[in-house]
Amino acid sequence: MSELIAKDREVVVPGQIVAKGMDFLPSQGTYRNKENVIANRLGILSVDGKVLKTMPLAGRYMPKKDDTIIGKVIDILVSGWRFDINSPYSAVLPLKDASFDYIARGADLTKYFGLEDYAIVKITNVTSQNLVDLTVKGQGLRRLRGGRIIKVNCHKVPRIIGKQGSMVSLIKDATNCKIVVGQNGWIWLQGEPEMETLVYKAIKLIERESHTKGLTDRVKELLNNKGGKK
Amino acid sequence: MTKFKRPSGRKLDEPRKIEAEAGVIKKADGSARFKIGDTEAYAAVYGPRDLHPKFLQNPKTGILRCNYSMMPFSGDGTRVRPGPSRRSKEISMVTEKALTQVLDLKDYPNAVVDVFIELPQTDAGSRCAGICAASIALADAGIKMKDMIPAVSIGKIKDFLVVDLDGDEEHLDDNEAADIPIAMIPSTEEITLLQMDGIISKKDLKDALKLVKPSLIKIAEVQRTALKKKYEVEGEK
Repeated sequence: MSELIAKDREVVVPGQIVAKGMDFLPSQGTYRNKENVIANRLGILSVDGKVLKTMPLAGRYMPKKDDTIIGKVIDILVSGWRFDINSPYSAVLPLKDASFDYIARGADLTKYFGLEDYAIVKITNVTSQNLVDLTVKGQGLRRLRGGRIIKVNCHKVPRIIGKQGSMVSLIKDATNCKIVVGQNGWIWLQGEPEMETLVYKAIKLIERESHTKGLTDRVKELLNNKGGKK
Repeated sequence: MTKFKRPSGRKLDEPRKIEAEAGVIKKADGSARFKIGDTEAYAAVYGPRDLHPKFLQNPKTGILRCNYSMMPFSGDGTRVRPGPSRRSKEISMVTEKALTQVLDLKDYPNAVVDVFIELPQTDAGSRCAGICAASIALADAGIKMKDMIPAVSIGKIKDFLVVDLDGDEEHLDDNEAADIPIAMIPSTEEITLLQMDGIISKKDLKDALKLVKPSLIKIAEVQRTALKKKYEVEGEK
């Protein structure tokens, strides 16, 4: 007789038995040991019919193809730039993906991206050894000028963006700030100084309480109380 | 056989009072505090991150690197000199080996997960406390691991097997005392750390391994509760 021991949306920890019996199937973040399905990382359990998964609550960002992220130039190479992308691995932006202009051999690359510049980039490829390639050719991809960067846990990004971007639109509308959320947990924002502070508070609130219900209402309340546009 | 009374008044198979807490060091990727009696360990996990020096990199998997250290003012002052020592190097190594068994770092080739263990206060059983804290910290950092690793010591004083020796008990019987730190994977009951200081018979060692299991399972439960508590508190806001 199969039995689900942990509840759906419950926080599970490594080694915790989440279900007994052969009717349940282990998936990401769970494994089978004889009759038992056991969690193998800290996360929120998601029960999808027979399939048991855990959604991670912590951990570093792992680069994925087609993710739009924010990176910081940490080195200039012979034919490209090396970016810190808030992950265990750094990424390379090759010359051909850096600009629509023709960049001659031996040109001064700092004209395009200097050290410590931030940019919105897209991941074009990730190899088995986690070598990452980037591009800035694409809609919305560019070098960032001005504004500020805030850093959050990358697993909270979906909640910050919200369903079809609802949460981030809510903040944008209330504060008149430009906001770009990178999948790697780095967020760029630009606006009036007081409004930037308000955005910072709102995003930190979402990060802290991302796994609770009624979050949108609390964010609205914060934005209204602190002088955001109603 | 006459009855043996432990100086602390505990039962033979009773560990000291245990406290555990996850996420105590905010800037770390994962962290924990584990206190058993008067022995207290802090562990912080950084990574997976870039591994240097480069020759240590393994293209097949990420590696675990542990660093155990007693703070200069910990313990009773006899053993401690600031900085690394032969002893701390050995304990770092056995900690690494005890924890690697449950970790899955295949997703992080060439990277390293750094674990720093510091003990502000020690009263025997420090490597076990360190392993317990490190295990919680690794889980808190979101690293894939198939189970928690609880660890505790078991010893023999005056012909009696006792769980979780404290400092006083360690020095009680100079001739025949034995002190055996053990770490175990609870779900499979595989042992990942087994060291011994002293003399013990084969039969006693087997009995000791049996006697220590309930305590290890209890510690694993404390570790899991500590992790869950971190998210409960936030959830209730």
